[in-house]
Amino acid sequence: MKILVPIQLVPDLVEELVIAQDGKRLDLDATRWIISEFDDHAIEQAILLKEKIGGEVTVIAPDFEGTEDVLYQALAKGADQVVKLSGDFQSELNTHALARLVVHYLQTKSERPDLILTGVQANSSLDGSLGPLLAAYLDLPFVDCVAQTEIEDQKITVRKEYPGGLTADWSVALPVVLGIQAANTPPRYVPISKMRLAMKTGSIATEEVGELDLSGAVDSTRMYTPEADQRAQMIDGDVDQVAEKLVALFKELGVL
Amino acid sequence: MLEARSLNQLSGMPDEVVSSIITDPALRSCIQCGTCGGVCPFGYLMDYPPVRVIAALRADVFSKVFTSDTIWMCVACSMCSTSCPAQIPLTADLMSRLKEEMILQGSVPEELQTALENSQRYGNPLGEASRKRADWTRGAGVPVPIFGKDVTQADVLWFVGDYASYHPRALRASQALARLLRLLNVDFAILGNEESSDGDSQRLAGEHGLFELLAEKNGRVFKKYKFKQIITTDPHAFNALKNEYPLAGISYPVQHSTQFLYERIDQLKPFLRREVKARVVYHDPCYLGRANGIYEEPRALLKAIPGLTLVELPHHHKTSLCCGGGGGGMWLDGFQWEKSHTRLSEWCVQEALQLKAGVMAIACPYETPRFEDAIKIVSHTDGLAIKDVCELLLESVGTES
Ligand code: SF4
Ligand code: SF4
Repeated sequence: MKILVPIQLVPDLVEELVIAQDGKRLDLDATRWIISEFDDHAIEQAILLKEKIGGEVTVIAPDFEGTEDVLYQALAKGADQVVKLSGDFQSELNTHALARLVVHYLQTKSERPDLILTGVQANSSLDGSLGPLLAAYLDLPFVDCVAQTEIEDQKITVRKEYPGGLTADWSVALPVVLGIQAANTPPRYVPISKMRLAMKTGSIATEEVGELDLSGAVDSTRMYTPEADQRAQMIDGDVDQVAEKLVALFKELGVL
Repeated sequence: MLEARSLNQLSGMPDEVVSSIITDPALRSCIQCGTCGGVCPFGYLMDYPPVRVIAALRADVFSKVFTSDTIWMCVACSMCSTSCPAQIPLTADLMSRLKEEMILQGSVPEELQTALENSQRYGNPLGEASRKRADWTRGAGVPVPIFGKDVTQADVLWFVGDYASYHPRALRASQALARLLRLLNVDFAILGNEESSDGDSQRLAGEHGLFELLAEKNGRVFKKYKFKQIITTDPHAFNALKNEYPLAGISYPVQHSTQFLYERIDQLKPFLRREVKARVVYHDPCYLGRANGIYEEPRALLKAIPGLTLVELPHHHKTSLCCGGGGGGMWLDGFQWEKSHTRLSEWCVQEALQLKAGVMAIACPYETPRFEDAIKIVSHTDGLAIKDVCELLLESVGTES
């Protein structure tokens, strides 16, 4: 069983986000990158499947600042192969372009994966779902919002989550693309000792990408920090004073 | 629930960590007296307190130890090690190695995993941005110079530590110390965002590799600047800098802030003009007291405050009860509560209440938040306040000085 996990890096929200000069996007040079949370689950799910039935897991990521760490971490977790798509696209790449890069990478290989797992979405763009694009380009079936994945005799059963607390179990034949919302168990911890070992003994394959086709993405017209709501009111004073003012305010508003 | 991955690894060839435990000559001197399990605050909940780990080892059923997750009840309080008649370094060695093996096997409670991942990525277990590490200084009311930014040398490098930098309650003690240092004309500076977690609690939680990484990072930063000594309010940072960093070749004279202030008590006394009329108990932090023998300096500082009456808790000095925050306990609250339905910090607060104390004085940045949280849970805690020794000193100085 060959499993491919294409992943994305997204801005780390713990760090400061700076809006670029043009007022339309983030200043990507000032951004610190982190693996998209859902892609982390996709890697975990791939490793869990491999641990159960064997196979080969390949993780592929565009070359951002921080990609190497993420890939070494994937190796430390048990990935067999990690691939860095190399090109100067940190400031330009969008999900559509990335999907085309992954498809192009697959076209250069003789074997197709049986399973493509990717995070259900990435928070860095409005259309941050890589899965449906890959499925469309590769003409494969696709199940989204997968929160559990079981495998038995080349047949996959996935639990798909719907809005409103509904879930459904689907049987899917391989090959298939899955949009992973959650792995069966949370992503495992990589101790530093294992990370250091992976960096010493593992290696990252590099694939040069050619010209980028950036078409298809959502065009942003303006990016700005949320503007303060006029009705927000700060209440000063010690605890008792604040409580008193709050009660008066609630009465005035008719909620008490 | 914990996932015990690849347990079979253990029944096959023992790995490095397991064999280092199995062959540890220190464990041979155990006389199976059971003291360690008895004095352990959570021993009654552990399937394998130290005494039983060693028994399992001798009975050749060591792998059984890893089938239980109750090792994560160990808060690295050092009660067992300081009570063991055979003087086996149980806390720093046996228990933390068992935890290390659990981590290598992938059995890490989720809360702890988050703290460890945060420490890897952001250099602090709280998951805060490193660029915010010196934000607390804005509320200090006095200038706090930063190495690299304001100065390149100072007499004293103040290693602030994680909670004392970021935790909204704990950082108030840092602000108090900044004022006291100014008052005493101490030439000091902090490292700002160049400082990383000291790593001590991560080490005691079993992540030895992470500890080494953090120590190396701090060591590289120390080298950039000129200073005569290090001080810190954080007993874990103190313990790491004093006992563990030197093993990695990072060796500087270090003092806990209470030692440093005590040395200057004559200079400080004339400023302690205001009475602080309170019945005060002092809680010995495990890594200041038991692990490093510093008991009297914080007490002497408290006694120098006019109006203050110091009373001893039932468990004090060597037998002080752990607040529950050590050895990863800071990041295992949910896990430990599920098993115990209590918190060690609540026991400490109850002891203070028995003595009708008005203030519980502390000297560790883990403790203010832990004890204040405990106060919210224990009933009839009216009038008990938690204050850092530095905060009490500053109260006596008055803020206008
Ligand atoms: S206290 Fe020391 S000698 Fe006694 S059982 Fe524990 S480890 Fe052994
Ligand atoms: S260090 Fe403390 S919590 Fe851990 S086993 Fe020893 S006595 Fe128990």
